[in-house]
Amino acid sequence: MSRYIPNTQEERQKMLKEIGYSSIEELFGDIPKEIRLDRNMAIPGPMSEMELLRHMRQLASSNKHTGEYTCFLGAGAYDHYIPSAIDHIISRSDFYTAYTPYQPEISQGTLQAIFEYQTMICELTGMDVSNASMYDGATAVAEAVLMACQATRRSQVVVARSMHPEYRQVVNTYTKFQDIPVTEIGYRDGMVDMEALEKAITGETAAVVIQSPNFFGIIEDIEPIAQLAHKNKALLIVCADPISLAILKSPGELGADIVVGEGQSLGNPLSFGGPYFGFFATTQKLMRRMPGRIVGETTDKNGNRGFVLTLQTREQHIRREKATSNICTNQALNALMATIYLSLMGREGLKEVAYQCVQKSHYLYDKLINTGLFTPIFKGPFFKEFALKSSIPVDKLNRHLLDKGIIGGYSLEKAYPELGGGWLIAVTEKRTREEMDALVERVGEIAGE
Amino acid sequence: MSRKLIFELSLEGKKGYSLPQLDIDDRAIEELIPGKLLRDRDANLPEVSEPEVVRHYTSLSRLNHGVDVGFYPLGSCTMKYNPKINEDVSRLEGFSKVHPYQPDETIQGSLRLLYELNKILCEITGMDGVTLQPAAGSHGELTGMMIIKAYHKNRGDEGRDKILIPDSAHGTNPSSAAMAGFQVVEIPSNDRGSVDVEALKDMVGKDTAGLMLTNPNTLGLFEEDIIEIAQIVHDAGGLLYYDGANANAIMGITRPGDMGFDIVHLNLHKTFSTPHGGGGPGAGPVGVVTELVPYLPSPLIQFDGQKYYLDYDRPLSIGRIKSFFGNFGVALKAYAYILTMGPEGLREVAETAVLNANYVMEKLKSYYDISYDRICMHEFVLSAQRQKKEDVSAMDISKRLIDFGFHPPTTYFPLIVKEALMIEPTETESRETLDEFIEAMIQIAKEAEEEPDKVQNAPHKSPIGRLDETKAARKPKLRWQPEE
Repeated sequence: MSRYIPNTQEERQKMLKEIGYSSIEELFGDIPKEIRLDRNMAIPGPMSEMELLRHMRQLASSNKHTGEYTCFLGAGAYDHYIPSAIDHIISRSDFYTAYTPYQPEISQGTLQAIFEYQTMICELTGMDVSNASMYDGATAVAEAVLMACQATRRSQVVVARSMHPEYRQVVNTYTKFQDIPVTEIGYRDGMVDMEALEKAITGETAAVVIQSPNFFGIIEDIEPIAQLAHKNKALLIVCADPISLAILKSPGELGADIVVGEGQSLGNPLSFGGPYFGFFATTQKLMRRMPGRIVGETTDKNGNRGFVLTLQTREQHIRREKATSNICTNQALNALMATIYLSLMGREGLKEVAYQCVQKSHYLYDKLINTGLFTPIFKGPFFKEFALKSSIPVDKLNRHLLDKGIIGGYSLEKAYPELGGGWLIAVTEKRTREEMDALVERVGEIAGE
Repeated sequence: MSRKLIFELSLEGKKGYSLPQLDIDDRAIEELIPGKLLRDRDANLPEVSEPEVVRHYTSLSRLNHGVDVGFYPLGSCTMKYNPKINEDVSRLEGFSKVHPYQPDETIQGSLRLLYELNKILCEITGMDGVTLQPAAGSHGELTGMMIIKAYHKNRGDEGRDKILIPDSAHGTNPSSAAMAGFQVVEIPSNDRGSVDVEALKDMVGKDTAGLMLTNPNTLGLFEEDIIEIAQIVHDAGGLLYYDGANANAIMGITRPGDMGFDIVHLNLHKTFSTPHGGGGPGAGPVGVVTELVPYLPSPLIQFDGQKYYLDYDRPLSIGRIKSFFGNFGVALKAYAYILTMGPEGLREVAETAVLNANYVMEKLKSYYDISYDRICMHEFVLSAQRQKKEDVSAMDISKRLIDFGFHPPTTYFPLIVKEALMIEPTETESRETLDEFIEAMIQIAKEAEEEPDKVQNAPHKSPIGRLDETKAARKPKLRWQPEE
């Protein structure tokens, strides 16, 4: 028997006998013979713990990783510093082996942590209410779009092309099955093209969807976009980088109705793209249209403060096909990592992280421009990521850098064919002057070849 | 006594972080970002030292019940043991520190893992292609519903806008179908707790897009007529969707593909031992038969005999349903679990899970009502209607179980059973634990008759008393506010 199954063969026999059966086979009597599997499944294993560890180490070692390479790649997943305490706390099995907190009396740990998380997300986004998390940034945007359509009873959306290409793809998938047409509007100087936006918004527009800082790293001018959307009674959905919100004016303050985003930057490892989490915040007015779980404060019979899942009549287990969303399991443990991250960094620490991102990215930007090998593509202000046009083919550039222990930038041409030679570089607080200077030097080498 | 929130521990000047000094000349921030884009007021995050943060969350964690703490017979959730080695391997730097957009030649290990897991899940389910993009079970359902819609549309088979779903189904089923733009039609259950085949025959037609079914169903019963059901739906031109929430009962015994299903989702966080994390992350991979492989989300992972790569050239695909490649860190733990168990091990899982459920059911049968007196699979549903006569509800019984150190069963679900208590012991519980649970349930049944208020006012031993959920919903307080 496997080490994960406590009962021995002998005990199994005894149990069977006690309840009046002679074999395990009898218990499967309801399954028609024709569909029984009469052979062992053709899958590998079993492996002992030692064999498994060896195998997994082998697989892991055929990857390159940011622990040994210097990472300047971002484009939606970022190499920020993760304080050690986070993993220690989430490794407490009372946290990670618990289910969704449906029984509040024995889930106060998870529930209170989510309540704290919701408060932090409200503070960062400048919104009134937050849910407990979504799957990731992309699905958070898509669900925000569906929510906006329900709230406005309109069925068209306008999406900025300067938003992450994969987020737009997910929005397209979610909307096409509900016959919601999506209009993409282009960018000018790397920011939402206001003229195009003005033309695209109609009386049928449910929402305008933008990202800030956008996929090119540029901070959008949210306020006039909000005004334009609201003038047409459409909602504004802003997808934001939570780290940037330590120093940037919150989307809520600038007029956003729904603020969503990818939360990975907040203490979650890169982990080849997941699990991460999406955050989702909105106004008091739209609160009851929010998807997903929400924790609220209440009291027990003795008047003690406690926390429960609330406003559940929005959700699938109560409302079934009329629910605001089908989401059930979310990304609770990832949101907990963010909560601990934000507790440790605190008000000053998060500002310092954001500040260093700004300073370092601008340092590297200037240095790269000074090599004469790159030209700026856009003019707008950026936060931690910037786009350059490279005179060296991007693939060649990245290949050379990889040989020298550097993971280079994202090739923009893949998602934006019009941006041939476009190179998107991310600089987090983790990058040192030495690493940035080394990048510049390596780039010089290849130009000299 | 009320417990403090992290914000109530905050004191200006305390810090829980350390960052290196900026090693370049810094410039005035307004020089780099226009002042009008910058905050005037800081986000009110707490200021707390590291030891205080650690103690705060450690003390919070101790208020939780988890699988490592005690028995967790939450029906339909498969709260089995979460192996520790899988946590270790997910933290290997070669997995945890890999950026999703790194060049293919630097991610061969991750791609190979996902590719092999795809193949394994195909074999376990009897499907021909798998996507690992969905982040959870209901995300998998949504993906499956989109595939059904895209399939009919591409064949020019218009007007198939209805999805049939049994009245015993999980709430996510109708919700996912609606989200993909379908109308939901509810199929009644018969007196054996199974799909009413005669009713189904009358309900299928040219507007049938498909049927969603959990098998064993949410009553823990195997749909004995599954072959006929599949035939009826297929003959009507519809597709069959398998909700894999209950796959723990059938691994190595039978496969959805052999039953006639066309699309399957699995919950890696149920059947394949990855931890629930207090509500996620999970993973809901979707498998399909050959004819539907072209519709799977993009990209798919392929192998050309030399290297693994991502295939984006898939014109019929429903598109992308999540960023990057799904919850890789979860898929990795499921893969490690399967390799540890092997084919015989997984079969033993199903056998033991089914035995444990029948053992508990048989021993409780004379103390509680049972709506469908049949052999159960990995779980079963009791009804507290007998206790309800003494004014003791299923919820009261659930809360009383907390006093015995057990997590309550799933309560008031499925909807077709009154005062439902849905119990899933899983295979990772010892007979001793099952016996202790049985004793507690018997004692509670006695209490319901002899001293009902003891049950009605439970729990008595939890960190906090029964909470006022109505108050929470009536005047929602969803965030902390500093005192004025």
